Amino acid sequence: MILFLLRRLAYAVPIALAVSAVCFALVFLAPGDPLSSVLPADASAELVEQLKAQYGFDKPVPVQFAKWVGRALQGDLGTSIATGRPVASEIRHAIANTFVLAVFACAVGFTLGVSFGAVAGYFQSRWIDRVVTALAVAGVSVPHYWLGMVLVIVFSVLWNALPAMGMGSSGSADWAWDWEHIRFVVLPAVTLSVIPTSILARTVRALVADILSREFVIALKAKGLGERRIFLHVVKNAAPTAIAVMGVQLGYLLGGSILVETVFSWPGTGFLLNTAIFQRDVPLLQGTILFLALFFVALNLVVDLVQPLLDPRIQRT
Amino acid sequence: MRLAAAVLLASLVPGLGAAQGVLRIAMTASDIPLPNGQTDQGAEGMRFIGYTLFDSLVLWDLSSADKPSGLVPGLATEWKVDAKDKTVWIFRIREGVRFHDGSAFNAQAAAWNLDKILNDKSPQYDPKQAAQGRGRIPSIKSYRAIDERTLEVRTNEPDALLPFGIAWIAMSSPAQWEKVGRSWDAFLKSPSGTGPWKLEKYTPRERAELVPNKDYWNKLRVPKAERLVLLPVPDPSARVAALRSGQVDWIEAPPPDAIPSLKGAGFQVTSNVYPHVWPWHFSRIEGSPWNDVRVRKAANLAIDRAGMKKLLGSMMVEAKGMVPPNSRWFGKPGFDVRYDVEEARRLMKEAGYTREKPLAVKAIISTSGSGQMQPLLMNEFIQQNLAEVGIKVEFEVLEWNALLANWRAGARDPSTRGAASTNSSYFSQDPFTALIRHLDSGLFPPRGTNWGYYSDPEMDTLFRVVRYSFDPEVQLGAIRRAHEKFVNDALFLFVAHDVGPRALSPKVKGFVQAQNWFQDFSPVSVAK
Repeated sequence: MILFLLRRLAYAVPIALAVSAVCFALVFLAPGDPLSSVLPADASAELVEQLKAQYGFDKPVPVQFAKWVGRALQGDLGTSIATGRPVASEIRHAIANTFVLAVFACAVGFTLGVSFGAVAGYFQSRWIDRVVTALAVAGVSVPHYWLGMVLVIVFSVLWNALPAMGMGSSGSADWAWDWEHIRFVVLPAVTLSVIPTSILARTVRALVADILSREFVIALKAKGLGERRIFLHVVKNAAPTAIAVMGVQLGYLLGGSILVETVFSWPGTGFLLNTAIFQRDVPLLQGTILFLALFFVALNLVVDLVQPLLDPRIQRT
Repeated sequence: MRLAAAVLLASLVPGLGAAQGVLRIAMTASDIPLPNGQTDQGAEGMRFIGYTLFDSLVLWDLSSADKPSGLVPGLATEWKVDAKDKTVWIFRIREGVRFHDGSAFNAQAAAWNLDKILNDKSPQYDPKQAAQGRGRIPSIKSYRAIDERTLEVRTNEPDALLPFGIAWIAMSSPAQWEKVGRSWDAFLKSPSGTGPWKLEKYTPRERAELVPNKDYWNKLRVPKAERLVLLPVPDPSARVAALRSGQVDWIEAPPPDAIPSLKGAGFQVTSNVYPHVWPWHFSRIEGSPWNDVRVRKAANLAIDRAGMKKLLGSMMVEAKGMVPPNSRWFGKPGFDVRYDVEEARRLMKEAGYTREKPLAVKAIISTSGSGQMQPLLMNEFIQQNLAEVGIKVEFEVLEWNALLANWRAGARDPSTRGAASTNSSYFSQDPFTALIRHLDSGLFPPRGTNWGYYSDPEMDTLFRVVRYSFDPEVQLGAIRRAHEKFVNDALFLFVAHDVGPRALSPKVKGFVQAQNWFQDFSPVSVAK
């Protein structure tokens, strides 16, 4: 197990490097200028060149990349070109805000997904299964952006029941876990939860249906075990795969959604990435993507470690 | 009697009355413009942070909606060029002005602020502010405080347009910069200017809360609202939803298709022409199809601007030149930019093209961008109009930053990829940005932004008069003649002027939308 852990941790290094290199290259391959965020639109090319030299963007791209990697290895992700704020603090702030959103989206998505999936699996080919399957297909197909706007129109504009944007009437700095603030999370969290709900419902449905058709379930029934006890066996057998799916979905949610966070002006990692991309803010973009890549690696590792605990048949060596 | 006088004074002077309401504005920016002085985010940054927290030596008169705004005294009460040496300017500094931190503003502070963007050897030099400000005052060679009230500025060559550039330069407090440890990053957290608003709360990427500066030097501009909250909401639909759900009182740039429903729901929609132009900038390098004046004129006559205006929900002014027709710089051009398909076809036929045998042109356009209005919709409309007179347009669609990069690089740059025009909307608030920078033969890239490499000695001569003439009438005459030449030679495809639409809650009172990129929030109040 320790060897497995070390090996997986070692894998993280080339993954992080590759992600950073690809991201760095993409930013420079894209037309535009890494100084867009600090230059007035009507700056002349001559002024751009002067400032490139001041910011070190006149060096060859591999040299810039090597310098960035050198600093990142020492824990310094640099400062945002646009704002001058440390990238690490920008990410910390954004991830905390996305975390709030992800917690609610997970709570909604995982609860509904598992419940719908289990019901559909138990009542396979019945009308309820068809309804759940149709909803799940619709859920993964519907564009986030569109759904978010529809929810805003209905709940914010027409009914004036929930806020349309932001993270509280005073912003994230004064966030508290009370209804006055939680009401700001409802619409973005519901929007975000639709895909995990649907994916989980489909996965759990397939798992439950498969497990119910296994011989050991028939044997349990033949032995006279009650439905509740059989259900526990089904849950235990379905859990490893369902948890793996939940892990991936949690990763997606914690990574932030550019579209949903932009529609709801939610100051999380998605909003941060959106701004960084449009401003060509290379240090901020690099730092955020590196952090998210490492986060995904860590999350998958946690899932891999948890799975054998739930199902001893899965060996990690 | 005293009471009556006080009541009368309070009613006449906005800032002396009781503060009224909190004004919450959804900006189009994705972050709060930096409150360092020489802020970022272009004109929107200057509008919301630059001219609220800070002042310049010279300011724009934003008090009228009925006429184009001109320059007025700001932190300088007057400015004049030396009668003998036209490269020497004297700015008389206003007395009794204090920064928000209580320190005095004087000529030394003004020179210190010029150092922060022009002198990279000075301790207060800030590359970020330099990036924003340096290009506005390229002619400044040196400067010094002669005494507390007198600032001398020397230029490389006579520059009659210097006050327009100086109007961009916002003055930050040297004392506050010292107090926070000589750090601009620390200054951002507790900035200090001399403006009518003071920053009370600043959460990057989320909100800025400004409160009135009750000691503002111009008592007529002490804010009426008790608080101004600025929120970055880049998504247009989110801005509309925020306004309609009562989360904000004011949104910038509502999308045209939302305007009828906003009006129907009782919201105020304000707009006004301002110095903005949405043209096609023609390439004039060898082989460009736009080198033929008949083709340029035909294209200008082919555009159904009234139809486009209808398409945009009336949110544009039909362009007849680089500046709006009501501008005092417009002049009296002989060529009338209008919709006349027959005349356009005649000119195209004369040039050797018909609808059956069209001229093929490639045009750079963007999908979005600051000031770009509805670029895809408008360009597709133009494409259809031009096809009617025998000009077949192929688009080279670029992301906004990519378009700007090409615009700086010029039409000869490989990134142009055979295109013969680019479509970037232009700030045209002063003679340099409106006219000179686009067509002065001394401003070919990379030195300047004469993207199309246009060169005409007659135009250069006119520009020299504009830049070097300190007699206002002579200067105005040259500006008019230059603009007449812009129109008579159809040097651009003149399409539209934006009208800066804004949607306001019915509770918002007192807003006067100046014909300017910047606006004054001081007279605005919000009924409770």
